[in-house]
Amino acid sequence: MIDKVNDDAVAAVAAVRDGDTVLIGGFGEAGNPTELVHALIEHGARDLTIVNNNAGNGEIGLARLLMKGRVAKLICSFPRSSHGHVFTELYKAGRIELELVPQGTLAERMRAGGAGVPAFFTPTAAGTDLAAGKESRFFDGREHILEHAIRGDVALIKAETADRWGNLVYRKAARNFGPVMAMAARATVAQVRRVVPLGAIDPEQIVTPSIFVDQLVIVPDPVSERDHLLEREGAR
Amino acid sequence: MSWTADEIAAIVAADIPEGAFVNLGIGQPERVADHIPAGREVILHSENGILGMGPQPAPADEDMELINAGKKPVTLLAGGAFFHHADSFSMIRGGHVDICILGAFEVAANGDLANWTTGGDGVPAVGGAMDLAAGARSVRVITSHTTRAGDPKLLGALSLPATGRAIVKRIYTDLAVLEPDGDAFRVLDRAPGVTIDMLAERTGAPLRPADPSKGADR
Repeated sequence: MIDKVNDDAVAAVAAVRDGDTVLIGGFGEAGNPTELVHALIEHGARDLTIVNNNAGNGEIGLARLLMKGRVAKLICSFPRSSHGHVFTELYKAGRIELELVPQGTLAERMRAGGAGVPAFFTPTAAGTDLAAGKESRFFDGREHILEHAIRGDVALIKAETADRWGNLVYRKAARNFGPVMAMAARATVAQVRRVVPLGAIDPEQIVTPSIFVDQLVIVPDPVSERDHLLEREGAR
Repeated sequence: MSWTADEIAAIVAADIPEGAFVNLGIGQPERVADHIPAGREVILHSENGILGMGPQPAPADEDMELINAGKKPVTLLAGGAFFHHADSFSMIRGGHVDICILGAFEVAANGDLANWTTGGDGVPAVGGAMDLAAGARSVRVITSHTTRAGDPKLLGALSLPATGRAIVKRIYTDLAVLEPDGDAFRVLDRAPGVTIDMLAERTGAPLRPADPSKGADR
């Protein structure tokens, strides 16, 4: 019987090795697999390359992983935020490498990685500083630049509901990078609020099919980043 | 002497035609969602996977899994949809979004836009701006007319690294509504009490009156 539910979050992320590329879902606080990132901290892997749209807020989740010194490089579209002091200090001290990628190119590079497409041309960022060093070619008179696919060793994502095969349904705008990251990694771990019996999810509604998911960790009541940030502000 | 942030957002919203698909960027553009004229159906797109985004919710209805590009709580209108990031940016990069409203550090008279890095040692952040610059059919900008130090943000040429070249179609500031016109800005509208001389003093490129042949455009 296939059952991808793992009661031990640290064991679920144990596929991550030192030096790996780890895709972490989320846009702002929506879709952040905070508990899985905390399990990754406990697991201990270091020298990681992390792909995330942002760079962590406050001192939980990705921000805590950064604070622990586990991340060598961040591939990211928007690392600036009003609660991003952990990344900002590391970046200004030259202690972390940043690869800044336009958000759509970031999503497309992972979709390409998941679909077996090694690289593609896009007009996004052509003629800007972010095109530096990239091959360029004209299509229909317009400049395009070559962007390479991103493949992750492991993806950590968050969804709302799963079944034991690993079919996933998301909630509202927390879907964001989850589906493309699940496709783009050698192994995908999803934290979900609940697991329902096989067949209970309408097959027409499944967003990420089970083939893209390897491990499930049930977190019924995940930490709220907003509450964390309010607490920090209150403590000041 | 100048328009408030809400007045600017209302002016921007009034310029959006019925049926348009409109992406709202981070900062001042977020406010446009609260000012869509009653009875006009405009479909707002948020890069993080929302079509049919509505105005801010009442505090009791805030849901941090229903947020806009600026990570602030929003609502979903009837008919709205959620989708993943690659689909969301296919809407942008595939040329399906009619209008996007972005913030700016600088806009040049030829329509060049700078809004991702101030150079120096600040943290750069591009987000979806370059995808929108390349893919949206019409790029419009909301910005303060000058920096906090009082320097012009509307210039003859950018001093900061570009987000996109010759893309900005219209600029809404606290003082005026303008259009890049090659080597100058055309003035389409001015806030009450703002004279052409005041505007010229605060603008880093020549000003030109609105093109009368396009006068009915707004």
